[in-house]
Amino acid sequence: MDSVLNVNGMTMDFGGLRALQAVDLRVRQGEIVALIGPNGAGKTTFFNCVCGIYEPTRGDIFISPPAGRRRRINGVKINEATELGLARTFQNIRLFPNMTVLENVMIGRHCRAKAGVLGAILRGGSTRREEQEIVDRSYEILVRIGLADQVDDLAKNLPYGAQRRLEIARAMATEPFLLLLDEPAAGMNPRETEELEQLIIRIRDEERISILMIEHDMKIVMSISDRIFVLDYGEKIAEGTAAQIRENPVVIKAYLGEDVNA
Amino acid sequence: MKILSEFRKSFFISLWFMFLTFPILVIRVNTIEKIVEWRWRNMAFIGIGSFLLSFVWRYLLASKERVRKRAEAGEGEEVKPISQRVLDEPWVYRPALVAVGLFALAFPFLFSSYQTNIMTTALMYVMLGLGLNIVVGLAGLLDLGYVAFYAVGAYSYALLNYHFGLGFWAVLPVGALIGAFFGILLGFPVLRLRGDYLAIVTLGFGEIIRLILENWNEFSFGPSGIANIPRPGLFGLKLSLHEATVYLYFLMVALCLFTIFVVNRLRDSRIGRAWIALREDEVACQAMGIDKTKTKLTAFALGATWAGMVGVIFAAKTTFINPASFTFLESAMILSIVVLGGMGSIVGVILGALILILSPEYLRAFSAYRMLLFGMTMVLMMVFRPQGIVTNVRRIYKYRERETDGKPLQA
Amino acid sequence: MDYFLELLLGGLTRGSIYALIALGYTMVYGIIELINFAHGEIYMIGAFTALIAASVLTMSGMTGLSVLVLATVVAVLYASAYGFTVEKIAYKPLRQAPRLSPLISAIGMSIFLQNYVLLAQTSDFLPFPNLIPALPFMEPYSQLMGSTELVIVLTTAVATVVLTLFIKFTKIGKAMRATAQDRSMAMLTGVNVNRVISNTFIIGSALAAIGGVLIASHVGRINFYIGFIAGIKAFTAAVLGGIGSIPGAVLGGLVLGWTESFATGYVSSDYEDVFAFCLLVLILIFRPAGLLGRSTAQKV
Repeated sequence: MDSVLNVNGMTMDFGGLRALQAVDLRVRQGEIVALIGPNGAGKTTFFNCVCGIYEPTRGDIFISPPAGRRRRINGVKINEATELGLARTFQNIRLFPNMTVLENVMIGRHCRAKAGVLGAILRGGSTRREEQEIVDRSYEILVRIGLADQVDDLAKNLPYGAQRRLEIARAMATEPFLLLLDEPAAGMNPRETEELEQLIIRIRDEERISILMIEHDMKIVMSISDRIFVLDYGEKIAEGTAAQIRENPVVIKAYLGEDVNA
Repeated sequence: MKILSEFRKSFFISLWFMFLTFPILVIRVNTIEKIVEWRWRNMAFIGIGSFLLSFVWRYLLASKERVRKRAEAGEGEEVKPISQRVLDEPWVYRPALVAVGLFALAFPFLFSSYQTNIMTTALMYVMLGLGLNIVVGLAGLLDLGYVAFYAVGAYSYALLNYHFGLGFWAVLPVGALIGAFFGILLGFPVLRLRGDYLAIVTLGFGEIIRLILENWNEFSFGPSGIANIPRPGLFGLKLSLHEATVYLYFLMVALCLFTIFVVNRLRDSRIGRAWIALREDEVACQAMGIDKTKTKLTAFALGATWAGMVGVIFAAKTTFINPASFTFLESAMILSIVVLGGMGSIVGVILGALILILSPEYLRAFSAYRMLLFGMTMVLMMVFRPQGIVTNVRRIYKYRERETDGKPLQA
Repeated sequence: MDYFLELLLGGLTRGSIYALIALGYTMVYGIIELINFAHGEIYMIGAFTALIAASVLTMSGMTGLSVLVLATVVAVLYASAYGFTVEKIAYKPLRQAPRLSPLISAIGMSIFLQNYVLLAQTSDFLPFPNLIPALPFMEPYSQLMGSTELVIVLTTAVATVVLTLFIKFTKIGKAMRATAQDRSMAMLTGVNVNRVISNTFIIGSALAAIGGVLIASHVGRINFYIGFIAGIKAFTAAVLGGIGSIPGAVLGGLVLGWTESFATGYVSSDYEDVFAFCLLVLILIFRPAGLLGRSTAQKV
């Protein structure tokens, strides 16, 4: 079976600076894959290439959605990538601060709805049904994420942990087959991280969404990842299960800067 | 003592302003008669005025800081001002709306032709403000060349009438369409531009269009403009000047209601939300599947439609147009209406337009200071109340939970 | 050939004026990333103040070079004061606000200042005497370039050199560069950022005032509106050369000056202002970094 995401030899140059060098990565259906590495390794750049913010200088990005055809998505527009089923969160939370929690999630439904200008003005039966469906589905997602009580609060007034969860809820509203989470546990205390772990596992199990996440928090990475890919200075230096990566000397050296088993 | 230091601060500020305004406000040179006029009274005004205002200024800035610090600390929700909470009660706003409606209907019969004309102008700016509100308030695209669409609408009526004899009612929808077309045309090149560059380029477009109208004599008849533009007809009846004024007034009322209806619908719709998301965070909104290009162009086009229509009305109302009516200052005026009213707020824009257009008329003493008022409004609103006079409240939706799937994902 | 030379020199003169005003734009943008819409009005106020000062001085019996010098000093003094005050009122409170807020505030300030002068003085064009005395050695070239034009070009050249040296070698200049690159870091290393910003406005306004005096002498008349169009063109020049870059502002000014001169000379003089606007639009759309600027990518 094809991997839902298949990246081959991706290289990304910014003028003279090579941010990524021939990176291979695969996410299989139903996997939780972690992308780790020291700061500046190119992890967010990798995400940006997959999602269409940058077009990779070289290499191929293939997706195989469970409900669709396999296709190459190099250089596809950001919103097209989302329509195809890739949704993401951001390293620095990018919510819509002056919209309510519910509305933030409703934005996620935008690409799964159709009403246009005429529909907006005339507000006929099908438009009204679609609008109600958007509201209902968004509310549902918020209930399942645990933000049902804050539905009408402005996003900017939410506490930090809730904001991170809202970003995930919003991404889920786009009905992705692959969810890319950029440091979802950043700034969280251990209890919140524990809850996040459960949330991610449930998203994978109940929504059947594959997960690719960038993380620095090793506890959550080792705890829930099916596979881990390690980047350093733009190159993939290791790939494997949590147990394999934990023992991998190359990885240890990259993080600690010396050969521990010398 | 603190009061003493405050007094000292204000004293020095007042001295500073007296110094600052001395050449321009006090001295007036008449080079022909070779005399110098010294207007010391102005200096006194400035001295006293700045002294008092500096207290007010510092107080308002301090209270703004307090509100900001409280918001940062996470406490203190957005408390709506008492006036707005009262107004939100149905038993207040429903009769108020009815009263306003009755007043609007009776207006031309209670007041003179001249007053009716002024009100019509105010309503035109309401419509222009609502149109620009879509572009600037909802979508967050600072369009400083909005007047271009206004000009395009006016000239389409004037020229189509001149060359083909088309009447007002025929051209009104055409004006809207041409406006929308130009909205897309002028929106296309600015798609990739960031906030302030977008503003300047649109300003440039506005000026370019005005300069073309002024200089391409064969097409637009240049600075002398086009005259004898017919007023809107009423089934071919011949209307006296007064009757035509009243007719135009009711026409404007109807069009304003139409505009309010459409803009309201647009704002609370999928496309409206997309605009607001675009304004809030362009990258995140794309990541959520919103096509940035389509959304921006739709905003430009829909915003420009209203300006096009008002342009047609303007031509019909004044029966004479020339490029001098379509300067950057017009765009700035409409912008200040949106800024005063509150970006994205329909009620706010209506109030803003009425305040900014009517107050110079009714406060006759201040009418010469009209543009000063516009300029000051923009600065003061941005510094003290950037959200506008009407706080924009996000809509509360009614949602239904599906019975089966209520299981939360959280443990 | 003579016509070409005339246009060339005319463009040089124009360009120098644009450059003088553009320097103020580019410095302010470099420091706080704000298009100071009101900068054109500072230029206009400089010209007006010079006119008023010169008239008062002349009527008191003074003549010759001292009128020019004193009027310019007064103009520079007042323009700097206005620039300083405008920054404190309309921009400083908005340093943390989203980018559009100070821009709108700047537009409001521009309109306010225009109408302030309009109401306080007059809407008519006021004749401005040519304060620059005729230099005898320019006599044979007067067909191509007059004394006034020469003074304008030289002033711009000197101002640019002085400014560049100032920015490069003085402590204040270093502080300005630091603030322009990273404001919070500059603050942490002890730079008084508020003072640096005020100084930037003062210097920019001073240059604009000098430009105001020169161009008013050259053109012979002023009114409250000259700031708007000069401001737009100077802004075009600044962007053309690369906003934030001082040599860029001068280069942009010259390019714009020559474009206008040759376009109006060979194509059409009616559309004079259109050339500037078109150039502005084209640059911002196709090469927003300008000729000497570097495009900065936005980190997502």
